[in-house]
Amino acid sequence: MSASVGRIVALAGPGANPVDDVRRMLALHFMVNAFRAGAVVAVLGAVIGWYMVLRRQSFVGHTLAVVSFPGAAAALWLGVSVTAGYFAGSIVAALVIALVPRSPAGRAGSQESAVIGTVQAFALATGALFVSLYGGFLDSVTGLLFGSFLGVSDGQVVALAVVAVVVLAAMAVLGRPLFFATVDRNVAVARGVPERVLSVAFLLVLGCTAAEVSQITGALLVFALLVMPAAAAQQLTARPVLGLALAVALGLAVVWSALGVAFYSTWPVGFFVSTFGFAAYLAAMAVRLVRARTRRSAEREPGPAAVGAAGMVGA
Amino acid sequence: MAEPVPPPAVRFEDATARIGDRAVWSHVDLSITAGDFVAVLGPNGSGKSTLIKAVLGVLPLAAGRVEVLGRPPGESGADIGYLPQRRSFDPSMRVRGVDVVRLGWDGDHWGVPLPWGAARRARNARVDEVIDLVGAGAFAHRPIGEVSGGEQQRLLIAQALVRNPRLLLLDEPLDSLDLSNQGAVAGLIADISRRFGITVLIVAHDVNPIASALDGVVYVARGRAVSGSPDEVITTETLSALYGTPIEVLTTSDGRRVVVGQPDASSHHAGAHGHRHDHP
Repeated sequence: MSASVGRIVALAGPGANPVDDVRRMLALHFMVNAFRAGAVVAVLGAVIGWYMVLRRQSFVGHTLAVVSFPGAAAALWLGVSVTAGYFAGSIVAALVIALVPRSPAGRAGSQESAVIGTVQAFALATGALFVSLYGGFLDSVTGLLFGSFLGVSDGQVVALAVVAVVVLAAMAVLGRPLFFATVDRNVAVARGVPERVLSVAFLLVLGCTAAEVSQITGALLVFALLVMPAAAAQQLTARPVLGLALAVALGLAVVWSALGVAFYSTWPVGFFVSTFGFAAYLAAMAVRLVRARTRRSAEREPGPAAVGAAGMVGA
Repeated sequence: MAEPVPPPAVRFEDATARIGDRAVWSHVDLSITAGDFVAVLGPNGSGKSTLIKAVLGVLPLAAGRVEVLGRPPGESGADIGYLPQRRSFDPSMRVRGVDVVRLGWDGDHWGVPLPWGAARRARNARVDEVIDLVGAGAFAHRPIGEVSGGEQQRLLIAQALVRNPRLLLLDEPLDSLDLSNQGAVAGLIADISRRFGITVLIVAHDVNPIASALDGVVYVARGRAVSGSPDEVITTETLSALYGTPIEVLTTSDGRRVVVGQPDASSHHAGAHGHRHDHP
């Protein structure tokens, strides 16, 4: 069915009254489910994405998302649950990446990214194989790669929500020491934070998130919800709690506005999600540049006040 | 008799540390008096950071024992403040200095902190207090990657101090700072040590910025580590023997010692004399 490709053909264009337009849109059950599922993946993607961007693990995140594609393709071929396929692909890949030995400094070194790149290329290739073995319709492959916002059932919404609650609950417990270990690894380890365990736990969380978001946005557009809102939020603020809240707000705004626009357009939802996310990121960067410029010129005016305070020694 | 002698802050007994198959140092006996400001000196690769890690309990000893604040290493928790070696934050790190200091307070706790209540107020008050103490108020609310190396170092000292430690372990806190900042940060650490009676173990590349404040010296070289008073250790003979390169100690008119012929890594790198280099 064409809905799985993410195109909606509204029966009529938007009218003069936006309230009527929204009411007309929400009268359709598949649109309501799209908004619900979109909200779940937007919130989850924004929170986990915020940590991922801070930890500079975007490449890992992308790989975990891409790897969900062969998982789902294999599930299609085998005739088992595609959802299970998404999760199996991402979680197995997360465990493989967790096994990669790290450089002694604890930084994700070049070796790690080389291994991850290798895993990703291999995963895409096996995905292509499973698709060809399945020999099904092109539509379902496009759905796996570019999303199926519009074919979400009630049961899927519930399943998505359950996974999101579990993952977010895990993050509520791990979040603070993970933040510590991310920002300041050596001190965190000296304070007894189990950094290695937390890294592996976060990879699993990231894998679950990538698998969850993939089901809605498709394996290739996961980044629209995982990176863009989080990266934009980090451009706007360096405060952790505010940053997380902003990322969630941006994610929700992007998804819901994209669904709304797509409803009255013939273009796919995924295109609007990514475009709006990109626009949000560009706007955030512009805001940051303007702010930095005004601060620099403000610092030039008053002169030595800041320097004097910084130069005081234990007075 | 006179008042009882307080137990030492750190005591090594016949201690040996190994990294892989290599013994970094062995049969080390030394003791650090509580409240002292003590420099850890020695050539690169001699095991100064290893000594700090043994005190932290991050690196278990291969043999012998170490006692920290009367307990086995790793069990003193908030009583130890630690500043690791050569830590600088990426300019793109979007985390504020004040957040880094707060992590020193409760970053190792699980779960989400309550955004209100007495615990939160106590934390904020203490964080503000240490930020003022190190003179970081003007830049603590900027992303830490955007402030200078000296400013980052002040924030990291604040982080190490936030839980009122009795022992501060500072691994080359003056490294990668320019000369004026070296003097300022060294003065700040010495002042804090004296005012609050905190024992300080400071690994130093260059002894000059801290020479005037020292109560003791631990020197690590050739697989051994020994402690002594500055008068015994900071001499032309001892330092030259320790680093295996000619070093001269001069005394200025106001009685301060100045070390010439830097006990730097220059002995390992021909042609590097007089320059600072980043060694891994």
